[in-house]
Amino acid sequence: MPVDLDYLSPSAVDDAVALRASRPSAAFLLGGTDLLPQMRSGRRSPETLIDLKRIPELHEIRENEDGGLSVGAAVPLADVETHPVVLSRFPLLAECSKTVGAWPLRQRATLAGNVCNASPAADTAVALLALDAVVNVASTTGRLAMAISELFLGPGQTALMAGDLVTEIVLPGAAAGFRGSYQRLSRRKGMDLATVGVLVGKRDGAPASWRVALAAVAPTPLRVAAAEELLAAKGASAAREAAELAVAACRPITDLRGSAEYRREMVGVLVRRGVESLG
Amino acid sequence: MADGKDDRNDLDTNGGVSRRGFLGSVVPAAVGVAVAREALSAPAAAPAVAELPAGEPAKLTLVVNGRTHKVLVEPRDTLLSVLREKLGLTGTKPGCERGECGACTVLIDGVARYSCLTLALEADGKKVTTVEGLMEGEELGPVQKAFVEEDAFQCGYCTPGQVMAAEGLLRENPEPGLDEIRHGMSGNLCRCGAYAHIFKAVDKAARFRKER
Repeated sequence: MPVDLDYLSPSAVDDAVALRASRPSAAFLLGGTDLLPQMRSGRRSPETLIDLKRIPELHEIRENEDGGLSVGAAVPLADVETHPVVLSRFPLLAECSKTVGAWPLRQRATLAGNVCNASPAADTAVALLALDAVVNVASTTGRLAMAISELFLGPGQTALMAGDLVTEIVLPGAAAGFRGSYQRLSRRKGMDLATVGVLVGKRDGAPASWRVALAAVAPTPLRVAAAEELLAAKGASAAREAAELAVAACRPITDLRGSAEYRREMVGVLVRRGVESLG
Repeated sequence: MADGKDDRNDLDTNGGVSRRGFLGSVVPAAVGVAVAREALSAPAAAPAVAELPAGEPAKLTLVVNGRTHKVLVEPRDTLLSVLREKLGLTGTKPGCERGECGACTVLIDGVARYSCLTLALEADGKKVTTVEGLMEGEELGPVQKAFVEEDAFQCGYCTPGQVMAAEGLLRENPEPGLDEIRHGMSGNLCRCGAYAHIFKAVDKAARFRKER
């Protein structure tokens, strides 16, 4: 940790944004589960921490008229995955959230932080992509809304500008009702990043809608629209073809968690299993 | 920390007072105020913030195990380091110091938290409970007693964190099943692999607490 560090805890979003604009080397602090270890290891060395947790607005978790849910940036994952609306209408988000770190970590880590960190292996990002989430952002030029599909650019890279503050993540009511699984391979069961993560979701209807999204097998979390369309047209009997489309869409690397070949193979296996279990 | 909304009128928005000089006169951490001249150059009005000058200690009020402590800390100090080094409460252990092992677990307002991932300033005014605070006079508290009786450790280094995680779990859920125990204890690693005994101890602690 740097010796000289300012700690600011504004009580309003606009104040936080203004402070950030005035301090080029400042960082926003929420749960700090990524930031504080990065500061300790020297990977990041902000001169100012702007703690957002004293901003009441960011702690809200709000049901919207369309049946959706707005999750404030400071809401910890533990509160997201146990929220009755998440469990009843967006269970896939709870499934993904439960795989992040361990319970005490999730009482601190936030959904917004997991998204802004933009890890290709971010478990919650997979669910948010599948559920067409919208990210609300405050900046010095005003507030804007961004589709999560436009947010991730690469490992650690987002479309956010320096100083943009994610205020909440909105789950649209139109994406409610998808059920399914998040299958996740890692070296040990808890407290490790995903080697491969595969979300398969289905919503009954005529025809049924499907969701296929992947973690840790491309520079960003990935949604496989081609597989979703195929499943919508042909149903679960097309599990193998859908799996092949997912394999074709992924672009894994070899790293300490697994080889590219292994990851590609597992994407195929897990997508097929995920689809068949919903057949 | 006070949010300092009412203090805004006191500020010299022209920056006529030096930042340090000004802060020196208002007790930095306890009274949250917006002062930084840098901040005033921002497009918005002077934000109401709790400001701490870099490198200067700030006054912090921590209620630890029922006792109120006023300590001087730096913004970079974690709650873990303040508990151990400023308050001498070395029962709380440093382990990975990056939120993976749980050795540093304490209760903040009754909830199990990693103190290595909590800045001391974030705990200002909150109630912190450490393993020392579970003693009942000279007697061990129920969770501690259950850990001893079930032999729920070998080297013992992770034990204070395990005990605090168990305490946090039982305060939230006084009668957890095995799966709930495993879930509640999932953030605490034991290198010796005493998990089976730890889970038994948590179950026993639940009974001890009930009998009290």
